Amino acid sequence: MAFDNAYEALADAHDDARWAFGTGFDNPLSGVDTTVPSGVDGEDLAQYCLMLGDDALVLSHRLQQWCTRAPELEDEVAIANIGLDLLGQARLLLARTGRADGSGRGEDHYAYFRGEHEFRNVRLAEREHADFAQLVATVLVLTTWRLAVFQRLQASADPVLAAIAQKGVNELTYHRDYAAQWVVRLGDGTETSHARTVAAFDEVWPLVAELFEPHDVERRLDGVAVDPAEVRAEFDDVLAQVLSAATLETPVVPAKAGVAGGKGRNGRHTEQMGYLLAELQSVARAYPEATW
Amino acid sequence: MTGEWPLYEVFVRGKRGLNHVHVGSLRAADDDMALHHARDLYTRRNEGVSIWVVKAADIAASSPDEKDPFFAPSADKVYRHPTFYEIPENVPHM
Amino acid sequence: MTVTEPAPSESDLEQHFEHTIAKDQRIEPRDWLPEAYRKTMIRQIAQHAHSEIIGMQPEGNWITRAPSLRRKAILLAKVQDEAGHGLYLYSAAETLGGDRGDLTEKLISGRQKYSSIFNYPTLSFADVGVIGWLVDGAAICNQVPLCRSSYGPYARAMIRICKEESFHQRQGYELLMAMMNGTRKQREAVQDSVNRFWWPSLMMFGPSDDDSPNTAQSMAWKIKRHTNDELRQRFVDMTVPQAETLGVTLPDPDLAWNADRGHHDFGAIDWDELKQVISGGGPCNTERVERRRAAHEDGAWVREAAAAHARKQQQRKEAAA
Ligand SMILES: [Fe+2]
Ligand SMILES: [Fe+2]
Repeated sequence: MAFDNAYEALADAHDDARWAFGTGFDNPLSGVDTTVPSGVDGEDLAQYCLMLGDDALVLSHRLQQWCTRAPELEDEVAIANIGLDLLGQARLLLARTGRADGSGRGEDHYAYFRGEHEFRNVRLAEREHADFAQLVATVLVLTTWRLAVFQRLQASADPVLAAIAQKGVNELTYHRDYAAQWVVRLGDGTETSHARTVAAFDEVWPLVAELFEPHDVERRLDGVAVDPAEVRAEFDDVLAQVLSAATLETPVVPAKAGVAGGKGRNGRHTEQMGYLLAELQSVARAYPEATW
Repeated sequence: MTGEWPLYEVFVRGKRGLNHVHVGSLRAADDDMALHHARDLYTRRNEGVSIWVVKAADIAASSPDEKDPFFAPSADKVYRHPTFYEIPENVPHM
Repeated sequence: MTVTEPAPSESDLEQHFEHTIAKDQRIEPRDWLPEAYRKTMIRQIAQHAHSEIIGMQPEGNWITRAPSLRRKAILLAKVQDEAGHGLYLYSAAETLGGDRGDLTEKLISGRQKYSSIFNYPTLSFADVGVIGWLVDGAAICNQVPLCRSSYGPYARAMIRICKEESFHQRQGYELLMAMMNGTRKQREAVQDSVNRFWWPSLMMFGPSDDDSPNTAQSMAWKIKRHTNDELRQRFVDMTVPQAETLGVTLPDPDLAWNADRGHHDFGAIDWDELKQVISGGGPCNTERVERRRAAHEDGAWVREAAAAHARKQQQRKEAAA
């Protein structure tokens, strides 16, 4: 029988389909025309790709931290799936950055060799999750918002962004579905789970307003970027539906202020961000000359 | 235990023209969760795949050899839930 | 209409069971089977499932720190695979009446074991490569014969698992090749990791045959197909040339080709260490079980909430009907 020597299978040519999960680990943008479209400012495009890429990279990191800590094994698999999808989105976007800014640098440069103030993710993405309710509340908010942005981004004047968005829309729909189902279960479930979910949304909500504040880069990239203010109504509508099914109310809490006029998109982060990057970057920086 | 989720059996149709076949089981609190987890675990989220999930407790079990006295007598226990089907090689990513 | 036939006697049933096995046919969940077979099978499958789940920890330890995004994606996918393997196996155990909740309780209370290898710490990123190469490699040696296990659901789960395992091993080896082609520091990290994992990998095959009381019955029932020592020898023979290609030294001065036997000779295994690790004294036993317990217990309110929501939904449906 074919499996009598599994070692022989090691000699097989690449057959990604046999990887159980995530495939396509190589060269995310191979075969796509990555020339920056004429009339688009490369530096702005690079900054925009960093914003969307950092959101995904940093949230994926928080999901990776759940590994071996999920409430049930099936959720272990589901959370890793979301983490993998987001990591895939981040890799495409960071690779795009290296083309758009003309430096030719790879994804790893941006992930591992930038300082905290150079990261452009919204602050909600970097927030630690104290429990499973905070995880699903965070994922619901961020994926609902990101899905609405990506749906519009499919019409971007940058064909690479449009392609990345198209791939991402399917994934994000799935992530939002997972989180929404859990928010409903927890909100409606037991007294404990209800209380924890209320508390989770109270924690998350002060960082929601930031998601819809357009940055100068987004304003300048007319036709390429999506104005996040545009997606607020859609976001509110989805959240209202999920929260009502979960017997929860929209939190009434003040928005978190920025620092010296800046928030995540300007590289002004929370205190948790430094620890996150220390973990993410430690090995890469300990072996700066290494190849992996 | 109040938090114990019921056992679901998962049936997958790998592509059009094939039957659904039994591929395994999982635990889930409700049908939606069972479908979501089945897609994650048994199809690797292959979009073209059709999935059925059914609570193991709701399956009435019978097999061609059922009259054979060498089968255990009752069909009322979980551990007798049917795993009739071999996993066919043509189900993708299995 | 039901026709009642005289119930077959215990010895008839047993004979039929032995006959099925002798014909190399699979035992399926609805078959009559001896209680000892059921118990042995549940224990074997459960301990295998536990190993997959506990085995996520040593490598999962490095996901957030993986030094390139490509390695991070591969490692996350790999560790996720192991969760899937655990689920396939718990699912096979359920067909024998092994309830997952109950088996998990047995794991976290220390009444059931998992593979001793996962009680060793992962101390550098090179360990990710060495675990893929040696630990998944040894697991493949152990598991390929199990694809022909006499218990059908277990054999089918193993087929799926073995297909995925070969990729685990390959990604590990590929990482090590990249590191060996890298800087001196990287090469040193690989050698250090091999030094730490070589002997524990050999111990993964269990005690030597003279000291393995259950082997005979397991072989007769075709639950097991080869002895521990046979599999261990096969692993050594396969690994030596791979180590040469890689350019690492296996930490055993007695390791040498024996032309008469057609196999590699190798040095004596420290069985005291294996006993110590199995009986709870390994470097990470406490931490591994503690983590699993914490996840299980911290998740209890979540699982209860989902069950409560499902009950409420059911009641609402019934009230509306
Ligand atoms: Fe595995
Ligand atoms: Fe593995």
